[in-house]
Amino acid sequence: MIKTMHLLRWICLSLGVAFFLMPLISTAEFSLSLRRDGYSLDAYRYVFADPDFISSFSYSALIALCTIFVGTILVVPTVYLVRLRLPWLRPAVEFIVLLPLIVPPIILVFGYVRMFSSSSLLPLTGTSRGSDILLICGYVTLALPYLYRAVDTGLQAINARVLTEAATILGARPITIIARIILPNILVSVLSGAFLTFAVVISEFVMASLLTRPAFGPYIQRVGVAKAYEPAALVILSFFITWTAMGLVQVLARFSPNVQRESK
Amino acid sequence: MSLSKKEVTELGISEPCELPITRRASALRRLDWSALIGVAPFFIFALVMMVAPTVSLIANAFVDQQGHLTFGNFADLNTPEVTGAFAESIRLSAASAVLGAIIGLGLALNVDRGIGSTKVRSIVMTFCGVASNFSGVPLAFAFVATLGRLGLVSVAIKAAFGIDIYAKGFDLASFWGLTVTYLFFQIPITITIMMPAIDGLRRDWREAASILGARSWQYWRHIGLPILWPSLLGTLALLFANSFGAIATAYALTGYAVNIVPILLYAQIRGDVLHNDSLGAALALGMIIVMAFANTIYLILRTRAERWLR
Repeated sequence: MIKTMHLLRWICLSLGVAFFLMPLISTAEFSLSLRRDGYSLDAYRYVFADPDFISSFSYSALIALCTIFVGTILVVPTVYLVRLRLPWLRPAVEFIVLLPLIVPPIILVFGYVRMFSSSSLLPLTGTSRGSDILLICGYVTLALPYLYRAVDTGLQAINARVLTEAATILGARPITIIARIILPNILVSVLSGAFLTFAVVISEFVMASLLTRPAFGPYIQRVGVAKAYEPAALVILSFFITWTAMGLVQVLARFSPNVQRESK
Repeated sequence: MSLSKKEVTELGISEPCELPITRRASALRRLDWSALIGVAPFFIFALVMMVAPTVSLIANAFVDQQGHLTFGNFADLNTPEVTGAFAESIRLSAASAVLGAIIGLGLALNVDRGIGSTKVRSIVMTFCGVASNFSGVPLAFAFVATLGRLGLVSVAIKAAFGIDIYAKGFDLASFWGLTVTYLFFQIPITITIMMPAIDGLRRDWREAASILGARSWQYWRHIGLPILWPSLLGTLALLFANSFGAIATAYALTGYAVNIVPILLYAQIRGDVLHNDSLGAALALGMIIVMAFANTIYLILRTRAERWLR
């Protein structure tokens, strides 16, 4: 009886593992089989030689960095001040952070396209620089839940109040306190939020596509329509990026000072 | 200088009366202006970049093309294409949510109970973190390489059992193909959420139940499942909303072949069909209503479920 239970358990688990590994194995195999006479890295070579790949990837990476920068500047002071001095605002902040869950990216970008159209007060979609700004804002919105969670957990682990009092007694101003005391102390959490953001943003499709930006997500989609083996190589690359970012988050979690494990 | 409550009582005044000066000081303290200026950018951002676009869309759904107040846009939604899209979206979200929750719960229980190893567990959790973020266009192509016409698994099944799954009616660019693909992120999300809830099932309860003579199924029927129930239902609601709003995977996999709401809206924004702005807004409003409903259920159930995690 117990033996059959055990066997059943392992069969279930193996099926689960197979379901999650097969797409990766198949894609990897497909990406290597561009040549008829055997496995080769040709698909990857073609991808890397494509100028559109370089430009779209570096564009998305740059946008991701801007997103992380803007997001951090918005979130860190807010979480810090709400925790220490404005606890009554906490429900409002928590609600705002939940909004991206309720309003999907496609709705948000639809709103942008209409609100900032070329006939509006702030015609951001009219210029490509304006569209870049809109894209970054949209991505900050997407990243808000991740960044908020990470920073909030980080602040919970350090004693922000004592640090603030000590710094104030020594004559530091609030901005100095946030930039030179609080931020370095929660850097690990901020970084893990940043990597998550990078993983989410780098191959995002809907927002970039509807704002007609030359980003990596729409590029993968275009290649996928036109070619057979290169998309598989791109998928492996993008999986590798997600994997690296998430792996770094895990590694960072070990460095963080006695963070209480919080359930998501 | 105001006296604290303790000092007042120590001075022998029996009833610590509210002095006017204390009240004014506390009112001033309540409005911490420098801190408010510090959080202002966050709220301005939220207002301009999240609330305003959504609210203007919602308002637009009630306005016709000449700018008059109307409910006509909702009547216009009552076309076979739009109602069909909503029905298909709800079916797809329900199917992938139910399957994802059941399979995810089964796997989570297996990982938790069957294999006590913390190492396996941490690998599983890390992988779930990656897989739940591995969606969109890349996921679609990964499944094309697996279950597409020339996919590794399709070809292998044909070679091993002589069954051509495409001849049997399977198609990746269809309802069930999309459901299976969505499971790739729905199952990991379930595992990530359910794992802490499963940890909340204390060993003592199981032991107590078995000492009192309960069989395994009785334990699950009367103790295990009732405790997991709120988490599980909450997960269902979250998964539903998650797949209802998703588009990139579906678009990359099927183009316009599967008629679901986000793809219809995408086509409308791109200007491929419809060409009625307010109708698009009404479509968006319908989507927000469904998502808000599902997410509210999720949040309510999550607060209920957290009782057991303390």
